[in-house]
Parts: sequence; C-alpha cells; structure tokens
Amino acid sequence: MANAALTHADAPAARSREPLLQSKGFLGLLFMLPGAAFLLIFLTYPLGLGVWLGFTDTRIGRAGVFVGLENYQLLWEDSLFWLSVFNTILYTVVASVLKFGLGLWLALLLNEHIPFKAFVRAVVLLPWVVPTVLSAIAFWWIYDSQFSIISWALINLGLIETPINFLGDTTNARITVILTNVWRGIPFVAITLLAGLQTISPSLHEAATLDGATSWQRFRYITLPMLSPLIAVVMTFSVLFTFTDFQLIYVLTRGGPLNATHLMATLSFQRAIPGGQLGEGAAIAVAMVPFLLAAILFSYFGLQRRRWQQGGTD
Amino acid sequence: MTLSRRDLLLGTAGLAAGAAGAQLLGSGPAFAQAAAPAYKPEQGASLRVLRWTPFVKGDEDSWLANTKKFSDETGVQVRVDKESWEDIRPKAAVAANVGSGPDIMLVWFDDPFQYPDKLMDVTDIATNFASKYGGYYPGLEGYAKRDNKFIALPLAAIGNGILYRESMLQQAGWSKFPEKTDEFLEMCKALKAKSKPAGFALGKAVGDGNNFAHWIVWSHGGKMVDESGKVAINSPETIKALQYARELYQTFIPGTESWLDINNNRVFLSGDISVTANGVSLYYSAKNDPKMADMAKDIRSTTLPVGPVGQAVELHQTTSAVIFQYTKYPNAARAYLQYMLDKPQMDAWITASSAYCCPPLKGMIDNPVWTSDPVHEPYKRASSTLRTNGYAGPLGYASAATMADYVMVDMVAEAATGQRTPEEAAKRAEQRANRYYRV
Repeated sequence: MANAALTHADAPAARSREPLLQSKGFLGLLFMLPGAAFLLIFLTYPLGLGVWLGFTDTRIGRAGVFVGLENYQLLWEDSLFWLSVFNTILYTVVASVLKFGLGLWLALLLNEHIPFKAFVRAVVLLPWVVPTVLSAIAFWWIYDSQFSIISWALINLGLIETPINFLGDTTNARITVILTNVWRGIPFVAITLLAGLQTISPSLHEAATLDGATSWQRFRYITLPMLSPLIAVVMTFSVLFTFTDFQLIYVLTRGGPLNATHLMATLSFQRAIPGGQLGEGAAIAVAMVPFLLAAILFSYFGLQRRRWQQGGTD
Repeated sequence: MTLSRRDLLLGTAGLAAGAAGAQLLGSGPAFAQAAAPAYKPEQGASLRVLRWTPFVKGDEDSWLANTKKFSDETGVQVRVDKESWEDIRPKAAVAANVGSGPDIMLVWFDDPFQYPDKLMDVTDIATNFASKYGGYYPGLEGYAKRDNKFIALPLAAIGNGILYRESMLQQAGWSKFPEKTDEFLEMCKALKAKSKPAGFALGKAVGDGNNFAHWIVWSHGGKMVDESGKVAINSPETIKALQYARELYQTFIPGTESWLDINNNRVFLSGDISVTANGVSLYYSAKNDPKMADMAKDIRSTTLPVGPVGQAVELHQTTSAVIFQYTKYPNAARAYLQYMLDKPQMDAWITASSAYCCPPLKGMIDNPVWTSDPVHEPYKRASSTLRTNGYAGPLGYASAATMADYVMVDMVAEAATGQRTPEEAAKRAEQRANRYYRV
C-alpha cells in the first residue's frame, strides 16, 4: 500500500495530491503504518486472543465456548496454581534482588581502570549471550544428582560424603534454579548499569572529592541518584524476564521436584500444550498480567519519582 | 487368553447368525470368514503419514521398506514424515480439528479419544485382523475402540521392563529376581545395604515417571477412576500402594525425585545403580558400545513385580494408527494401513525394532526377536500386561489431561519422599483429578 502511494506521488499526474503527501500528519501516519500493523498483528492480536482464550474452554484443536470466569474459579481452588504463584513470586523477588546487588557491584568494578577492559567486559556478557537452553543444559549436568561436578569436587576434597541433591530436594531445587537465573541475568544488569555509569560526568566526582566526600558519600549522593532512572528501566526489564522465565525451569526440572519449582509460565505450558487445555493455560498466563503490571508500576513510580536529572527535588 | 476365546466365540456366533440370515435370504455364498475388506486405492492417490521419530534405527528402515513395497504394488506414493514423540499429540489434535494435514498419523495413548468424530471408522479392518490373528490384547484394543467401533488401529506397545545387573544382585545375595512386590522390597533393601541401590524416576519424566507411578498404584489395586469415570484414587488400596512406595523409595539412590526420562539411563550405565525400569533401548546403549561390553553381558531383564492384585499390570507406552476423515484418499489410506499392519509386514517391522515394539495381536506375538537375545524376552509381555492410562474408566479428555498434569506421578512422589503422608497425597490427587473428571 505504501509502495503504491509512493509511486503515485512520483507520477506527474498525481501533482494535485501533493499537498496531502506533504502534509506532516498524513506522512506521519503513513510511515507509522508498518510499525502499527506489526504491533497489531504480532502483539495486540495474540495478547487479545490469549485473554479471550482464558474465558473459554478451548482445547487444542477444538474451538471452545465462552465460559466466563470458570477457568479462574477453577484455578482459585487449585492448590497447584497457588503453589506456582508462590514459587514465581519467590523466584522473581529473590533473583531480582540478587541480580541488582551483584550487577551493580560488577558494574562499579568494571567502571574502574582494569587491564584488558574491553576483553573483560565482553566476557562478562557471555552468560547473557549464550542461548538459555544451552546454558541450562550445561547446568543440568552440573546439578545432576549423581554426576554433578560440584559434588564430585567437594567429595574429592573430602568436604562432603554423598553428592548434593541439587534438584531433588525442594529447598535445594529452589535455591539452585534461582542462582542459575541470577548467573544468567547479572550481565544484563551489569553492562547496562556500566553504560549508565559512564555517562556520569567525572567533574561531579572531582568536585565532590575536593569537598572532602568519602567514596561511599560519592556513591550515595552522586552515582546512585544519577543512575536511578536507568536502574528503574533495567530492573523493570529484569523483573519481567524473571517473572516470565520458562526455558531454565523446563530444562532443569520441568517444575519438579514435587512442583517446588513450577512457575506460572511452566504450569501454563504444561496445562495448555501437553495437557491440551488451551483455555486454562491461557487463564494462567493472563493471571500473570496483574503481577507484571504491578512490577512495572512499582519500578516506574517507585524508582523514577526523583527527577534528579531534570533538576527536580523529589 | 480367556478373553480371546470369548472374543472368538462371540465372533463365530455373530458370523453364524449372519450366515443364517444370509441363507434365509437365499443369497449366494454364506460368508467368507477371513475375507479381508478390499480397498482399491483411488486413481492417482498419494498419502502423507506422520509418525513419531523412531527410537531404534531398525524400526524406521523397516517401516520405510514396507511402505516402499506398498507403493510398488499399488502405485500409491506415500510420504512418511516424523516428529518428536512429545509433539505428536498437539499436532494430531490440530490436524483433526483444522481438517488438513497428514492423512494418517501414528499417535500415542488416548489421543484418538480426543477427537473421535474426526477419525475414520476402521472397524472392518480391525475385526478382520482380530479374527485372523487371534484377537487384540485388551489394553491395546482399549486405546482404539470406542463404543464397539474402532477409531484407530492398534499398532504396538512400547514395552517398559526391569533391567538389572546380575552380578550386583548376586553380591546382595539374590540369585533370582523376585516376582512379587514384597520380595522386591526386601531385595532393594539388601541391594542398598550390600551392593548398589535401585533407582526409579520420580520426577516429571513423561515416560519413566508415569510407568513407575502407575505400576505402583495399579499393582496394589488402586485406580484413578472407577468404571463410570468417577474419581476413586483416594482408596485404601492406593494408601497401601503409597506406603509401599515410601518404603521402596528409601532403598533408592538419592535424587530420584529430580530424575527426568534420561537420568536413570545415565546412572545405570555408569554402574551406580543395580536396578531400574526402562525400554530395551537402555540395554542397547551398553551393548552397542564396545567399551561397555562387560556391562552388557551382566545386564538381565524381567517384568515389574506382581503386587497384591496378583497379576502383572503396567502402563507402557502405546501407539495406534489413525486415518483422518478429511483425507482425500480414504481407500488408499485404509489399504495402506491394512497392508502395513498385516502379519508379513508387521513381523518384519517387529523384528527390526529390536524388542522395542510389541505387537497388538495375539497371533503376531511369536517373533524371532524375543528369543534372539534373552534380554528381549520380558518385553514380549508388554502387550498382555498393558492397561489404558484412564483405567478403569473411559478414555477421553479427562484421562489425557490427568496424565499430562502428572497427577499420578506427583502423588507417588509426594508420598514416597515423605513430603506428604500417603493419606494426604491420595486426597490431593483426588482433588486434582476431580478438576478434570468434574464431580
């Protein structure tokens, strides 16, 4: 369509339409059209369809009928669903806090003058670059109940007697998947915050140093406030990624042992695809939306309120 | 066996009645007992078959060779595609309901019962096979027959069996593998104390986990639902089974609750466990590796022990062939399956599958493959010990969803690990199953 319009514009016969094509509003609309179509087809439609499916009893391959809130009612009474909600929140909160703390620390370290700076920064990014499924399979071996290299090393060092039951014990399994997620998520936080650190003008630090500020004071009153808008964005994304994590769990445990690591995303898949109940699976996925919205709103309003960069006070 | 005789009697009675009727009407020859329904492929017909990715190479080669023979004889071109076995279920459901896709599919478990109206009636082919070859094993027939109508043709049971290390058993003082569950428990205790422990998957292992959990419950007389489809899992029998599972679990190697389908294979091949349950493929992993020749010689196999119910009952994996109604060449499709599932082709295919596939018809069970290696023999019994996953109720959406949600596996794992008491675990399974078998 856009092509057709442009060829028309080139044709001399279409001179009379020039004002329209030169109108900013019309051109703007025209140029936004591909983007809008893309968003509508690949984002809005699937999302809308997912919400709609959640109100139906659709199964794979069989169109369902509208059943109102029945899926949600059933989930409300389903202890496995609530367990997955608990797991998801635990997973997201603990992993996000760790990723933020460790990521910021790493960013500060990388911001110092260290030898082979570019190389080190590239290496740090690796966990993020490697496809999740591949790294998850590697971790699956690392955490194997019999062949774990960690257990092997500790046994040979004489520190433990039997292999650690990483993925078999419910508490261990939760800790293990959270740490693996942290390992994978840190580079994203660290590299993004590093970029933010580099935009902070050194003159601010110099001035503060001349005024006798300690390094903690410089961090607390210069670095952190200057970084906070970026932290808000990074952590919003990080929380979203963590909350919707699927691949890691699916490879490592499939939600086991005893459903201790079943997240809402994995439960949604289990019910929708192997179980065939698209309606209920969609309902679980939709049930994630309020949590995600809450996380976004918290990040934006909680962390971005201080408009330091605009010179505002609070 | 009694069932086959009954089938036969019923069959002959029906045929006799039909013959009498035909004679009364004065029409020509009374009947031809073994006359197979003859399907003449349509002019210019071609077929698309979608099957699960074979587990053993010989299976695929033989299936394709048989297909080629069919094409040569009939001129019908057949394209055989394959898909990972876990992806078959959603693909088949979509094909059935969208109304386009492969003409024939090899599906799993109760798949045909998810869309029975979209499948072609193949009763005539099935009854002809049944009368010719001594009848179907009831379990496999259960996965294909709905309201006295065959909506699928039983193809094979993928056998599950015990694989164990003879030397390790001897070390623990057992010269023979026990046949009863209580002796089995004793042996596992001895193995743990004096030799290498046993290990069975209790994690979310689609195949191994379900096989083990269903065996534990069924062998003690527990069942998910009764004949009418009412949830009956919270029963004294189930509690017994779970108490047994709890005791048995304590003899296992640590970590079984995290095991997925592949874990028991790895641990068994590393020599860390003495007993596990698996398809015959595990034996072949050792046998085909020259470095493991010694281990392969030490591997023995048997069926899972018999519990208080007094007979061997197992889930196994079952595969059936379906024809979708939307096919443009129904006669070619029926002729194809009739050809592929007939004895000469099946015999070749079963032989080539190295004991992985067990035939559905009693008259096909004798095959040189079962004696070619002593480890194969127990897998011969897969078809006869097989029960449908929705036992004892009807198959359908609820039976499929209950298994996909790991209700049985979770219950056994919860009780075995001591996370919940057997009573609590059974009650929770009842609640979860009731969500599907709506009360």
